[in-house]
Amino acid sequence: MIANVLASAGPGFQAPGVDEFYPTPLGEFSLLGIQFAITRITLISWVAVALVIGFFVLAARRPQLVPGRLQFAGESAYGLIRNSVAREVLGHQGLRYAPYLASLFFFILANNIMGIIPFAQVSPNAKFALPALLAGLTYIMFNYIGIRQHGLVPYLRANLFPPGVPWPMYLLVTPIEFASTFIFRPVTLAVRLFANMFAGHLLLAVFALGTVYLLSVPNFSKIFSLASFAMAIVMTFFELLIEVLQAYVFTVLTAVYLEGAMSEH
Amino acid sequence: MSLLAEGITGSLGAVGYGLAAIGPGIGVGVVFAAYIQATARQPESAKNTRTYLFLGFALSEALALLGFVVPFIFK
Repeated sequence: MIANVLASAGPGFQAPGVDEFYPTPLGEFSLLGIQFAITRITLISWVAVALVIGFFVLAARRPQLVPGRLQFAGESAYGLIRNSVAREVLGHQGLRYAPYLASLFFFILANNIMGIIPFAQVSPNAKFALPALLAGLTYIMFNYIGIRQHGLVPYLRANLFPPGVPWPMYLLVTPIEFASTFIFRPVTLAVRLFANMFAGHLLLAVFALGTVYLLSVPNFSKIFSLASFAMAIVMTFFELLIEVLQAYVFTVLTAVYLEGAMSEH
Repeated sequence: MSLLAEGITGSLGAVGYGLAAIGPGIGVGVVFAAYIQATARQPESAKNTRTYLFLGFALSEALALLGFVVPFIFK
């Protein structure tokens, strides 16, 4: 990235753009007529998943009654989601969804954190495909659970025709409810995670490139590169906060949607 | 008027994002203000309302993020 700036022929500051998210593929292959490309973002995602799997496998390998240090870390990490999301939002019957919610949380968290890890510095969630896949899973899951629990017609009736509304109002309420439950829920879920990571990466890139660019100007403006550098550091910590928060929000919203599907009146 | 507009260059998306950030800015402020007020009045309720805090924060923030992404899509 920095090499791009230094090598760019045009004068003036080259602001980072969408090109950041299309790195040159490391390898390409075609499977069943679909073109696949392995880029460094794919590799980052693999590393993130390997870290999560490695941590939990090591933590749960030889479970003991009195947990060791690693086992305790693993149990508290899982317990965080199990107790403060699954049990709190979904109630007691929600404990069987705790493994899914915990996997979701740590998958998103590991992928998000890659946005500030040196040498990775871009979150795979900044590509829309990954958040869209996760939101699609949530969408299929809460609809499937709702239909299985209540049957197709009662589930749709509870969602589209909320009780206690005078019947002419259904002309207004039903389209709104349909759009908000079946269209906006998955779309906002995916876009929220994607846009946060996308914006975060561009923010860091602007300040990092700004530092390098200001250092390269020939006059006294060089001193302002210090301000840009300080801002890049501050924004890195801000990004850490956002990354953890977005992973948590995605998990909580998934739990809330599941709860809504399970307990229709 | 057209003379004035001629001097202005740049991305309209930046203006759009500024407008899109007004509502969520107010909304996020209201969410956190309500949480702080609720916690100050009833400290033991802090744990129960934290889920709704993050929920309300995320829902209002989504609008600003949509405003951020849209200029990249409709370039």
